[in-house]
Amino acid sequence: MKPSTPPSVELSALRKSYGRETVVKDISLTIPQGEFFSLLGPSGSGKTTTLSLLAGFIRPDQGRIHINGTDATFAPPRERGLGMVFQNYAIFPHLDVFGNVAFPLTIRKLPKAEIAERVKKALEMVKLTGFESRFARQLSGGQQQRVALARAIVGHPSVVLMDEPLGALDKNLRYHMQVEIKEISRRLGMTVVYVTHDQEEALTMSDRIAIMDRGVIAQMGSPRAIYERPESSFVAKFLGEANLIEARRVNGVLQSATGSQFQTAEDIGDLNDGKLFVRPEKVTLLPSDAPPNVNQLPGEVRRVSFLGNIIRYEVSVVNDQTVLCDAANGSSSSTFSPGDKVLLSWQSADARFLGK
Amino acid sequence: MMAGNSLRSWILQALVVLLCGGMLAPIAVVVVASFSGGGYLKFPPESLSLQWYFRFLGDARWLASLWNSFVIALMACVFSTAVGFLAAYAIARGAFAFRNAVVALLLMPLIVPHIVTAVAMYFLSARFGLVGFKPWIALAHSVVALPVVLIILQSTLKTIDPNLERAAMISGCSRAGVLRHVVLPLAMPGLISALLFSFLTSFDELLISLFLAGIRAETLPVRIWNSLLLEVEPTIAAVSSLLIAMTIVALVIEWTIRKMRSNELSTSH
Amino acid sequence: MPLYRISQWALIAPALVLVIALFMMPIAWFVGASLAELGSIDAIWSEAKSVLGSRAILGAIWTTNVIALVVTISALIIGYPLSYALSRAKGLAFSLILICIVVPYFTSVVVRTYAWMVILGRNGIVNQVLLSTGLINEPLNLMYNRLGVVIGMTYVLLPYMVLTLFGAMKAVDSRLLQAAEGMGARPLTIFAKVFLPLTLHGVMAGSLIVFILAIGFFITPALMGGTGDIMMATLIEREIEVSQNWPVAALMTIALLAITLTLYALYGRFADRSGERFV
Repeated sequence: MKPSTPPSVELSALRKSYGRETVVKDISLTIPQGEFFSLLGPSGSGKTTTLSLLAGFIRPDQGRIHINGTDATFAPPRERGLGMVFQNYAIFPHLDVFGNVAFPLTIRKLPKAEIAERVKKALEMVKLTGFESRFARQLSGGQQQRVALARAIVGHPSVVLMDEPLGALDKNLRYHMQVEIKEISRRLGMTVVYVTHDQEEALTMSDRIAIMDRGVIAQMGSPRAIYERPESSFVAKFLGEANLIEARRVNGVLQSATGSQFQTAEDIGDLNDGKLFVRPEKVTLLPSDAPPNVNQLPGEVRRVSFLGNIIRYEVSVVNDQTVLCDAANGSSSSTFSPGDKVLLSWQSADARFLGK
Repeated sequence: MMAGNSLRSWILQALVVLLCGGMLAPIAVVVVASFSGGGYLKFPPESLSLQWYFRFLGDARWLASLWNSFVIALMACVFSTAVGFLAAYAIARGAFAFRNAVVALLLMPLIVPHIVTAVAMYFLSARFGLVGFKPWIALAHSVVALPVVLIILQSTLKTIDPNLERAAMISGCSRAGVLRHVVLPLAMPGLISALLFSFLTSFDELLISLFLAGIRAETLPVRIWNSLLLEVEPTIAAVSSLLIAMTIVALVIEWTIRKMRSNELSTSH
Repeated sequence: MPLYRISQWALIAPALVLVIALFMMPIAWFVGASLAELGSIDAIWSEAKSVLGSRAILGAIWTTNVIALVVTISALIIGYPLSYALSRAKGLAFSLILICIVVPYFTSVVVRTYAWMVILGRNGIVNQVLLSTGLINEPLNLMYNRLGVVIGMTYVLLPYMVLTLFGAMKAVDSRLLQAAEGMGARPLTIFAKVFLPLTLHGVMAGSLIVFILAIGFFITPALMGGTGDIMMATLIEREIEVSQNWPVAALMTIALLAITLTLYALYGRFADRSGERFV
């Protein structure tokens, strides 16, 4: 049996206020060794502040930070044993690539030979061998980000923080870097705390995601769990497209304003007034004369958009609500046109009843 | 219409050339006059010579005042740049209460009439027997050089990305290490400008020196002042030309450094 | 990245100590101790009243303000076109105009004043030229009078005006002017209706800074002024050097500081808007 290792990062009831505004409200989370953990949220949700607290750039008003089992709440950044990648790369303009990557080792006064060896390895890892004597201004955005990555891992930190590292890259390059970062983190077995506002990026890369909203963690879990089982309207809407249909419980039965009855696999709390959640790709369209059943809602097709591999229907239902339906663009699927009366249908297992 | 436009722009251009000429003319006059060969200043000079320069260089009192100015300005520029750098860094990165008030206070010596500053400093110095003590005069000059340093360094520090400092801290730098390894190298052009212009500020300062220098530490501007009050001797033209040359040298150095830095940053691939 | 509280004060402390110990405190001490010589508050009050009632001092205050005003207006009239040219020039022309402003700006005030003494003096260049052409028989008195003071001070303070105006003018979006031109506005109309209003805060800031520096000016008026052109700064110096009358010097200092700081506060409001703040 392996001896139990302490978690890489442990935040306990962390709180930070600026003036009268509390930007981080009692956040607690535990990240085990080797996990790729994302903090996902809109701007102003407190994710960057949380990262800054973890890095030690700012001090919390309350709460504790443990890194690898050691209390680092008030330790200066240099004593936390972290690596970090910044959104704008933060490459030192007065140093060349070698100087930048070697920086953490030079500061720690390692022997020259060892520095050269480790820089060489780090540059191999990010595929920048041969660029040692270039300066930042002579590199493309993607290359600069690789330099930043090499600098972050060269000191063998157990935890690497990444603050929207791919935000400034174009879409193609971003995908490449996502794969590479994920690959490097797995190979080095390092813990990554990744801040992003790009939900797709978080879903692709993370082992676990914490969705932040106005200073608190709205929900935390694996990408799949959060996507399929959101616990609030905010999370449902923030992560991908979501249908949220107004519904209420009458005599224990969930129904829409016009009386259509719904069933769900599990309910969140004992709400009587809320929204029924179902992903567009879980909704199927039936002709309006299909046999009636539970989990159906009549409507009229408003718009049909062709998105390549899927066809998106916008269907208006009661109270001017719009429900989206994504149908796979397969050869067998029947198509509907704007103006068609249809029945929206889904499985109980794919629906959840959420608060407002 | 076309004719009107070109006439108008021609008039504007002529006006600008005239005004620019007017700005440089007095300085040019002094330089030309300093080479005059006659017994008193005549313009244009009837003959050219270096006699006034030789007279300046042969006069122990003039040379002593040049030396005094140099020593005082050197001390003042190093001190005000060092103190100003730390303050500018705190102002650029700090988020403290009364920030604007502190900045306003530090810039105040530029606004308050120098006669008031000079008289007040004299009042203090006379009581502690500090009149004529060069390091003390340098310290007094630092007060008026500090705003110059702050203005230059604040705009320099604004261009340094705070993330560079964060990256350095994560990489293992202490606060002092961040200053040494990141901020100082990147702020170097600004620091050199600050040194140059605070040196000039002190070297050219008249009023504080007038009150604090006494006889022991007479500076070049004080010496010029004293001789201007008595009679306009042509030696002053030679001395003035030296001061003008120094200003131009300082501006050229500053310009070269800035040019080099901007070339460095714009070179791509 | 905010610095921690303790370290930011530690960094700024040397500068604060320097300015407080060698600037604020000496001024306060000089004013306080000089007035204390008079004894009681009543004595200070009656001295203040007699000082303000004295013709010499009232005259100096009046002269100071008149000269400062004339210098400010002259600097504005000369500085505005110069600054406009600078803000629209590019490349070599820009560098040349800038040199013409910056070289005098960083040259010693004593040297610049001396240059005008060489030009305007009784045996100066202007008189030499006029005499040799026979336009005049007697040298003109161009110096040691108010004209000389105004010329010298305008020259010394002009760069402040130009550089402040430049900040405001550079910020004017040239597309606005093009739009006005495209709508058929005449150049003069564009200037009056678009450009001038957009640079007005710069005009205010530049005028205030020149006026502030002018009312406290010492070197040029002392060297180029006549007996009728004694300004406040000169008066303070004479009260100390010649009369050793510290209380009067202190009262004059208070008056000068009060005007300066009031105008400085006003300046801050205009300068912050033009973005380019020199002081």
